[in-house]
Amino acid sequence: MTQGKVAVIGEKQIVTAFKAIGFDTFFADDPQVTTDILRKLVKENTYAVIFITEDVAKGMDETLAILKSRSYPIVVPLPSLEPNGYGMDCIKKDVEKAIGVDILFNKD
Amino acid sequence: MARLNVNPTRMELRRLKTRLKTAERGHKLLKDKSDEMIRQFISFVKQNKALREEIEGELRDALKYFMLAGSIMGEENIEQTFAMPSLSFTVNTGLKNVMGVDVPKLEILSTEGALPYAITSVPSDMDNAVLKLNALAEKLLRLAEIEKTCNMLAREIEKNRRRVNALEYVMIPQLKETIKYIMMKLDENERSTIIRLMKVKTMLDNQNDR
Repeated sequence: MTQGKVAVIGEKQIVTAFKAIGFDTFFADDPQVTTDILRKLVKENTYAVIFITEDVAKGMDETLAILKSRSYPIVVPLPSLEPNGYGMDCIKKDVEKAIGVDILFNKD
Repeated sequence: MARLNVNPTRMELRRLKTRLKTAERGHKLLKDKSDEMIRQFISFVKQNKALREEIEGELRDALKYFMLAGSIMGEENIEQTFAMPSLSFTVNTGLKNVMGVDVPKLEILSTEGALPYAITSVPSDMDNAVLKLNALAEKLLRLAEIEKTCNMLAREIEKNRRRVNALEYVMIPQLKETIKYIMMKLDENERSTIIRLMKVKTMLDNQNDR
């Protein structure tokens, strides 16, 4: 068992809140900056979990896809003030990938 | 389906038959593995969805309080308050084996519910927000864990399905076809030998008769 820290990347108003509970925070409000920060953090290898707010995560599918196959760090889209459904989309994509059809969300 | 490029000999036939047996057994095993992985995946994904929905609601609540407090305190004050966080959040990281996939397993190390600032310096909405977030932290990490598990399982299921299909639709038919080809060839050889022997025998008989 090794130890790891938790980071949050996203808009300033949102991430400041997480600073209060001891997460490391990084400000970024567009996908390009976020990708740069994320790359740096992954290289550093001290973070176990990296949360990215949905709004910025939306534009960086490719980078996130690369990280999906590794067990650490765990990169997760974080629902923000107004959830835009990106996090749910990710789950949906997983289901479609594994089973072929979406069996969880077909109600809506 | 193309057959394999092998010599039609008995030895080759034996070798192919064992290969076919192994391939069929492997196919069955992989299929079973796929079924079980999908079963587990579905239960994980259901948890994942429920947890995310729950967190979306609660996080919005907490952030609302935070914004409220923020509007009272002013941006600079907030930054000052949290510039030096008194606690740092660390987790123990490990791996768990789910159907042969190494998925992450997290364990929280530090969760004191203490407020990281002087209680008099901030409005009570901030206390609410921070306490709520603190309570949420564990759920967030569980979400991270489960979401990653789902990601990795989905990938593995996809890979496994490719293996099953390759066995079922390429390897096994190929082997079967080749085995059939060799058997036909061997039978043909045998028949031609018998006929040749019969011919020779009649020829010899004719000679003796004369």
